[in-house]
Amino acid sequence: MQVDWIWGLAGGLLIGIGGAVYLLFNGRIMGASGIIGGLVDGSGLDTKWERLSFLVGVFLLPIVLYPLYREVNPHITDNLLILVAAGLFVGVGTRLANGCTSGHGVCGMSRLSLRGFVATACYILAGGIGVLIFRHLFGVI
Amino acid sequence: MRNLFAFAAGGFFGAGLFISGMTDTTKVQGWLDVFGAWDPTLAFVMGGAMIPMAIAWLITRRRTSAVLGTAFPPTPSRKIDRKLVIGSLMFGVGWGLAGLCPGPSIAALSYGGVGLYVFVAAMITGMAIAPFVRTRLEKIVPAE
Repeated sequence: MQVDWIWGLAGGLLIGIGGAVYLLFNGRIMGASGIIGGLVDGSGLDTKWERLSFLVGVFLLPIVLYPLYREVNPHITDNLLILVAAGLFVGVGTRLANGCTSGHGVCGMSRLSLRGFVATACYILAGGIGVLIFRHLFGVI
Repeated sequence: MRNLFAFAAGGFFGAGLFISGMTDTTKVQGWLDVFGAWDPTLAFVMGGAMIPMAIAWLITRRRTSAVLGTAFPPTPSRKIDRKLVIGSLMFGVGWGLAGLCPGPSIAALSYGGVGLYVFVAAMITGMAIAPFVRTRLEKIVPAE
């Protein structure tokens, strides 16, 4: 438990390096919701291979690292209703807002984007209230 | 070449999400759970990620275009509209409920089990209907 923050920092640095590579070489903002969303609604089909290559990288590296760990458990709830509701909210919300934790959070705030700060404040606030209500009030998560 | 660098960027992103613990929903919900057993890890991840990213943004000021020829993204808009606020609030609710956001949901796809498939399918459905929601929102609020 005490070393979690070190892994968090190290992993964070890797995430930032990924974003830096995507920006400096490909000239694009590394936002997961935008990269996926552009494929889903068709708005980014002209760059589909670039998007797919990125997503393959995201998917593949954890598979490579997985054997090095004794136990990896994402602790995903088995409550299907929660998963469906959460997925819909995340899908619609990130596309309306044009970004998620990576695009508005990591990429936006690091260039001091006002929209990045406002978006991040909003989703952390809503997430915090959501956890408060659904965990401590209703006890469903 | 573009695909190769996109793959590399995705690889760094996926590896970073994995080793930081951000594919563990309990760590994400732990960060949001200010009134419970609060877990500060996410702040270190976010802070760590912003260091190389801020340097990269500084480098873009000294160059006219990206290494592979594309123009850099334009200066960000300062417009705070309802779509940004309502969308981010909606995203936050979903993020808190499941402890998942778009990046980690892809990174954990190989070991997240059936529950994660359900989440990703719902997220993709949400992204597909988002343009219609956006149109409705603009109709209700025409003042933008």
